[in-house]
Amino acid sequence: MRNEEKYITFKIKRRDKPESTPYWEEFRIPYKPNMNVVSSLMEIRKNPVNASGHKVNPVVFECNCYEEVCGACTMIINGTPRQACSALIDEIIGKHGMERPITLQPLTKFPVIRDLMVDRQIMFDYLKKVKAWIPVDGSFGLGRGPRYDERKRSAAYQISRCMTCGCCAEACPSFNERSDFMGPHVFSQVKMFNMHPLGLMQKEDRLKAIMSHGGIQDCGNAQNCVRVCPKSIPLTRSIAELNLDVNLLAIKRIFKW
Amino acid sequence: MNPKAVVVGGGLAGLMSTIKLVERGIAVDLISLVPVKRSHSVCAQGGINAALNTKGEGDSVDQHFYDTIYGGDFLASQPPVRGMVDAAPELIYTFDRMGANFTRTEEGLLDLRLFGGVKKRRTVFAGATTGQQLEYTLDEQVRRHEDSGKVTKYEGWEFLKAVIDGEGVCRGCIAQNLATMEIRVFRADVVIIATGGAGVIYGKSTNSSINTGSAASIVYQQGAAYANAEFIQIHPTAMLGDDKTRLMSESARGEGGRVWTYKDGKPWYFLEEMYPGYGNLVPRDIASRAIHKVCVEMGLGIDGKNQVYLDLSHLDKDFLERRLGGIIEIYEKFHGDDPKKVPMKIYPGIHYFMGGVHVNWHHMTSIPGLFAAGECDYMYHGANRLGANSLLSAAYSGTVCGPAAADYIAGLGKLAAEEDGSLYETYRQKEVAYDDYVRKLNGDENPFVLHQEMGELMTRNVGIVRYNKDLTAADGELQRFMERWHRLAMVDSNVYSNQTVMFVKQLKNMMELARVITISALNRDESRGAHYKPEFPERNDKDYLKTTKAFYTADGPRFEWEEVNTSLLEPVKRTYGGSK
Repeated sequence: MRNEEKYITFKIKRRDKPESTPYWEEFRIPYKPNMNVVSSLMEIRKNPVNASGHKVNPVVFECNCYEEVCGACTMIINGTPRQACSALIDEIIGKHGMERPITLQPLTKFPVIRDLMVDRQIMFDYLKKVKAWIPVDGSFGLGRGPRYDERKRSAAYQISRCMTCGCCAEACPSFNERSDFMGPHVFSQVKMFNMHPLGLMQKEDRLKAIMSHGGIQDCGNAQNCVRVCPKSIPLTRSIAELNLDVNLLAIKRIFKW
Repeated sequence: MNPKAVVVGGGLAGLMSTIKLVERGIAVDLISLVPVKRSHSVCAQGGINAALNTKGEGDSVDQHFYDTIYGGDFLASQPPVRGMVDAAPELIYTFDRMGANFTRTEEGLLDLRLFGGVKKRRTVFAGATTGQQLEYTLDEQVRRHEDSGKVTKYEGWEFLKAVIDGEGVCRGCIAQNLATMEIRVFRADVVIIATGGAGVIYGKSTNSSINTGSAASIVYQQGAAYANAEFIQIHPTAMLGDDKTRLMSESARGEGGRVWTYKDGKPWYFLEEMYPGYGNLVPRDIASRAIHKVCVEMGLGIDGKNQVYLDLSHLDKDFLERRLGGIIEIYEKFHGDDPKKVPMKIYPGIHYFMGGVHVNWHHMTSIPGLFAAGECDYMYHGANRLGANSLLSAAYSGTVCGPAAADYIAGLGKLAAEEDGSLYETYRQKEVAYDDYVRKLNGDENPFVLHQEMGELMTRNVGIVRYNKDLTAADGELQRFMERWHRLAMVDSNVYSNQTVMFVKQLKNMMELARVITISALNRDESRGAHYKPEFPERNDKDYLKTTKAFYTADGPRFEWEEVNTSLLEPVKRTYGGSK
């Protein structure tokens, strides 16, 4: 006896190229246990037919690792920015039922390339602006690195897992095309490098970079970022602690005057 | 005129090569399918080996060398492996200075954990996300060089061809923009391919979707030798999934995890029983075959399926969170159960390519000016790779390849920038014409469905246990796939950001490489490391202590055998039973 086949529906916001008008299209695919949004999109491209039965172009999307460690497949799923690979269909239909279409949209804070694919280059550019690296003398051997208190190291580890996926920026009301606010991820990176025994030496340079235009003062403290971060990075705590650091630096500068 | 290097691939090997070239004053164009920070190196979990000997166990570089050669069943050329293990401690210290977030001891020193195929703690780690941390560390350093104008990134570009001049020398490459689909020339005095493994050939694997092996296959088709293709590591502990098999790090066993299934109604710790000396930490080829035997031959898989338990539930919860948090999170997210409380269900999955583009000890391929580094080369792992040696070989090969490429440039008479443009334009036009052919494919087969078929064939016939009749059948089928490729349907009509066009090109390259893998396996009538033939269950040094070298011809691959350099360690029988 064959069970009656069950279907799930996707409602996907599509766009053919950057300058063209977006449109919504529905797809229905057979349900299987243990699907996720990426594996569903892979099913669609094996049979690119929309819900009305018309042959259409396969949906373009980014994905790479399928295990929520590369950050590529970030999109808005039922209104929330998250990685598509770890968006399990069983969980979604458990919450909303089989009938309600699952909506997929590209991130809205970045230029769309095509369909669900966006260009997040600006996030990497901001990492340059704040000098998110340790300026070592070279990659050649210079002996052991510094000792590092395991408790501090382990606090920095929480931050070090940031994939630059864009969830925090998407959720942040201050991060948008009308503003130069660098976005929540940048501040945690600054915090992380400023905690490191070697990175500490350039602490002031990084603080100065976040005190300028688009910096930490533009954070509206909406606290959305920390709620959507897939790696539970303490984004708002970093911002609060850096606020203290930049204020101390500002006072220090006044007294140097 | 200034020299220029192109590095293809932004994983550990590509980024390390880039850094080394920049330090030698050479400008780099870095081409990558994805923003380099999203490269597959981020998926490595357990750690990176270096004989730091900080646990009072008397570990040594000699022991690391021995374990690596022995673990690789004596097929690796020994002097380059010696170079790698010698350099490992200083390489780790360099990563540490760059800020890699390695887990520490109470004293603030680098902590070490135990890994497979060894008896001493030698693996430096960052929780269970070591690859991610190392990749990010080099990503940051390369961003710094990008900021100062020494590196230009071309992220979202795909390598299409090496440009090879009349004398057979590589003078640059052709690449395509994945958004605009522009096909353009990159003039360069050296091209370094650092494009990783090719798990996508098998459909489901622990690899990322970019790991098609396409670039390695392209340079093979252009004349570079491809070596030891038959040696593909099958990782014993992966989660089953419809889209991929997700890796559950060997560090789970290194930290005390046990593998078991039920026999006669009671838990049976079969690895501990079969291999008392190493127990759960036998090398991966051996663990995978044992799990295969227990499930397929003995029918003892959990719930009657091909799966066994990987059990962490007896270990302290805080310890697990701190040391293995990264993989626990993956299992919980994708499976639902908490590995701290219930055992994980796992089965072996296609994982790592020991073989790859043939290179000399300076990482130059058989085409002058074309180099290869990282998983896409063949050099450091012989017939089986030890856990936590992959991050090491990826990073280390970059430290050799970058400076070697700089030395090569220093010896060049004429720079690519001085060449006249006709060579490049001819190559570009050929790629434009091929692109046009692919776009106009109007058969009736969906390329993604054909790929799935190929993956299933390779997994079934060229996997963990190999029979010559299956290999022969697979090669016949692959040749039919290559005919069917011409009858594919171009299912995407959009001219912009057309992923199907790119996938169809990759698929052709995967098929070429799949044939090399299959025939290489067919030719080797012995069992060695990851290559296992029940019809020839023993290692046969007399006939096969040799590197397989494949060369492209229009009628299919042509093969040669190359002697293995065993000048430092006499080959002995490899066994992990009893104590070593």
